[in-house]
Formats: sequence, structure tokens, C-alpha cells
Amino acid sequence: MKLYWNYFIMELKSQMQYKASFLLTMIGQFLTAFTTFFGIQFLFDRIDGVDDFTYGQVLLCFSVIMMSFAIGEMIGGGLAVFPDLLREGSMDRILVRPRSILLQIIMPNMDFSRLGLLAQAAIVLGIAIPASSVVWTWQKVVVFILMILCGSVIFFCLFLLVASISFFTLQSLDFMDIFTYGMRDFGKYPFSVYGESILMFLTFVIPLALIQYYPLLYLLDRQNGILYILSPVLSLFFVIPSVLLYKIGLSNYKSSGS
Amino acid sequence: MIEFTEVSKIYRVAKRQAGMKNAVKSFFSRQYNTVHALQNVSFSIRDGEMVGYIGPNGAGKSTTIKIMCGVLTPESGTCMINGRVPYKERVAHVRDIGVVFGQRSQLWWDVPVIDSFDLIRDIYRVDEKTYRKNVSELADLLDLGEILQTPVRTLSLGQRMRCEIAASLLHNPKVLFLDEPTIGLDAVSKLAVRKFIRELNEKKGTTIVLTTHDMQDIEALTERVLLIGRGRILLDGKLDDLKKHISERKTMVIQYQGNPPILMKEMTQTESSQGRMKVSFDPGEISVSGAIAYFAANTELLDVSVADISTEEMVAELYKEYRL
Repeated sequence: MKLYWNYFIMELKSQMQYKASFLLTMIGQFLTAFTTFFGIQFLFDRIDGVDDFTYGQVLLCFSVIMMSFAIGEMIGGGLAVFPDLLREGSMDRILVRPRSILLQIIMPNMDFSRLGLLAQAAIVLGIAIPASSVVWTWQKVVVFILMILCGSVIFFCLFLLVASISFFTLQSLDFMDIFTYGMRDFGKYPFSVYGESILMFLTFVIPLALIQYYPLLYLLDRQNGILYILSPVLSLFFVIPSVLLYKIGLSNYKSSGS
Repeated sequence: MIEFTEVSKIYRVAKRQAGMKNAVKSFFSRQYNTVHALQNVSFSIRDGEMVGYIGPNGAGKSTTIKIMCGVLTPESGTCMINGRVPYKERVAHVRDIGVVFGQRSQLWWDVPVIDSFDLIRDIYRVDEKTYRKNVSELADLLDLGEILQTPVRTLSLGQRMRCEIAASLLHNPKVLFLDEPTIGLDAVSKLAVRKFIRELNEKKGTTIVLTTHDMQDIEALTERVLLIGRGRILLDGKLDDLKKHISERKTMVIQYQGNPPILMKEMTQTESSQGRMKVSFDPGEISVSGAIAYFAANTELLDVSVADISTEEMVAELYKEYRL
């Protein structure tokens, strides 16, 4: 663990070497993310609710996805360097070191400018919680925390999936961003507003609804079935195919080289 | 002890056209060209040996090194290093080896060298005492002194290479792989690096496998040479023996006027320019005086010299002999 802490410090040191760039990116992140926030704001100036969710409830949704995304991206966003690692052959360097391969890629590529995004998500959360008219109990607090944590894991897995595909293509495929950045934008409204088939897709294929729509219904006292409460935990099954694809990709790399 | 037994490696190189449409298409179905990178390669290297591994570009050098480092898995055959199969026991294996890829850095670009060293210490779990000892020893031998406090991005290539070599030795590896360690270095740095490698091998008994295109590296460092070409080991022996094998063939440079001479069928042409030609032949088949007489009779000969073969030429000659 000490090692990974040191990796962390090393990366922070490296990024701090370019102080201006670091700060500007962070502020930029902070500001651009607000455009989405204002988007919601303006929309609700005109209408009262989306698909029987109020402004505050949509904001709650938005902040959960934002926060999950910010954490997931801070940790996993660096996986976007995968294609470069493979092409430049830096992957070989990682393979000749006696440590976990995935951690060796993640740690030096952590992006702390994402802290801006995280701060912004926290602010929106601060607005959303009083506005959402949720009656909080300790069970709900636990579910809420699970939504964010499991959501971070799902977003991380999405980054891992997209990165693993480059084991096969050796190129970054920009359209794959739909599954990462696209999902973040998608997730600012409760997924049910997009219709039944998309909700099913986001339940069984990419289980983002399990950390957003279903537990939200529980928080709002519209459902109290055990499945709704446990849905964030169930979403963790998504880790299995993600890690599997990564493992297959890695062994493919080891048999084919770059 | 490094043992390669009948190792074969096949690459399937995807055929693909540019463009997004084709990228998507090839994601689902691809066509491949098969490249035999290694074909039944066998050799063994004893502990403490220093071996030069040579061959033209694309011969299979890197593939061999990558298999030895555990980066690649061969199609068939086995590779055993110190009783382990590198690509099966990656973590345990790489703890015992050091690797320097001449063209790639293992140091963190933006921070002082010593910070990179500290991190490598943690990666390999080197205990503090050994680490301190190694750093001061290596700093001494490789003349790193103040360089250690400098960010890597500001180092010269020679300084960086010395740091790379030091970085690969912090954990006392038993085997060191050097992939083109002198590439791009100036004469002084080259000499320093060579001297260090030689001493490392002599004093610590580290097994060293070295790939290079610089024949002076080979001459200065290794007794034993492995020549690989088109995925096969073509020669394995002492440098001197190889030289004898080749230099029994004579190299003759002739200068002439008019049309170039037609060569006797036992001769091979190694170089040719306007009015000048270099040929080699086996004195067992044609005597030196016979060759001179032949050229004298068939061309207007201006000058003749019989040159001594250099390692550089020897290797070029070998490549030619094996049509690499």
C-alpha cells in the first residue's frame, strides 16, 4: 500500500511541476461541468417536472452520477493512455515490474484536476439534498452512499472496458466514449425518462440504472422492495465481464506483442 | 541459467486499411499475415556469462528478449530462467532480472532521478540498507553525483542512459538484459557504459545478455556471440572463432578503369562503386595470387589491396552469407 501511496505522491509532484496548468485545468473542469447544471436549471425554469420527478429529485440524480463519474474518472480515466502504452511499448516496461499491472497503469495516470469536478458535484449535492424532499433515515443514507460508491466502480469499469478494447484494436476508438462520457450526460435525468428499452439496457447491460433510477425510487419512498435497496450492490456484477475482457486482452497482448 | 528449448513464436499481423469504417469492420473480423518471428530456437546461457545477441533488424532479437523478460508467451517450446518459466511466473521472475530498453525510459520524466530510484526501491521492495548501499555504489561507478537531483527531462542522453542502467540494478538482479544500451551515445559515454558493464559482469557475476548493432560493443564486451536471422539461431560461438571462420575468406579491394570485371563464381562481391570493388573469396578455392592474376587479365587494374576483416565487416559478411 505504501508503494501506491508513493505512486500517488509522485504523480501529484509531477502534475504540480506545471502549477499553472494544473490549477487552470482544475478550474476549467469546475466551470465546464456547471454548464450541465445550468442546463437543468434552465429547463426547470420552463417546466415543473420531468416524468414525475421534481427539480430537486433530478438534481439529486445528477449529483450522484456526477460524483460517481468524477471518482471513477479520477481513478480510471488514466486508462485512456492504454493505446499509447501499447503503441509506444511502455506496456513492456510495466510487465517487467513485479507488481500488479492494472495498478501500475492506474496510479501514475491519476488525474487530480478531476478534483474540480468532484467539488462541483459536492456543491450540486448540497443544493439537491434539501431540494429533493427526501425524508432521510439511516438506511437511506447507506443506500445513498452505496449509490455513489458502486457508481464509481461502474464508471471505472466502463473506462476499463473501453481501454481493454484497445488491446485488440491498438487504437483509441473515440466513439467508445459514448459509454463513459456519454453515460455521464445521459445520467443527469432519471433513466426512466428515456423509455422502457433504454431502461432495460441500463439495467441488464450497463447497469447504471441500478445505481441511479432504482435506488432513487427507494429514497423517494416510491418503492421499498429489497431489490430496490440492494440494486447498487447488484450492479457490482458488472465488474466480472470488465475484468474478464481486460484479462483476455492482456493475454492476447502477451501472445501477439504490439 | 537461461535455457531455450525449441522455442517458436508466430505473430499474426492484422491486415487493415485506414479509416473508421475499416477499424470497426476489422474489430469483428480480421485477416492476418503470419510472421514466424522465432523458429525452434534453442540455446543455453550459463550463470555469469556475458553474451552478445546480434542480428539485423526484424531478425527476432527483441522477441527473444521479450520472452526472456516474461512479456511475451511463445507458441511452442519452453524457456526456463533460473528454474522458472518467465511468462508463467511473471512477478517472481521479474524480481530477479533487470532490463534496460535503450530506446525507452523507465524513469519518471518530470521528477529528479533520485525520486524515480526511490519509487523503484518500493516497487521491488528493496530494503533500505541494500538500497542505500546500491545507490551510493552505482552513483560512484557511473559517476552520477549531482545528476541524481536533476529532473530526467533535462538530462542528456548519455546521463540518462547511465541512470537507466543504475535504475535496473537497484534490486540486485541476477540477470541483466540490455537492449541496445549504447544507442545514440557519444564516444565518452559509450566507453563509460561499456567499462561499467564489464566490471559488473566480472565483479558481481551478473549474467548479461546484450543486443546491439554496435560491433564495438560486442568486441569490447562479449566473448560469446549468438547470431540470429529470420527467426533462427545461425551461429553460436566465440567472437574469435567467428572471425576465423570469416576471415579465412580474403577480402580484396580492387580499383580499375573501364568496365567492371565479371567475377569468378567462387567470389562474392561485398561492395561496389564507380571504379572500385570489394570482393571476398575462400583462399582454399582461389589463391590470392590466382585472384590477382584473374583481375589483371580481365580488367585494367589500377590498385589491389587485401584488407583485414573488421568485426563490422565480419557481421555484414555473415548477414550476407545467410542472406539476411
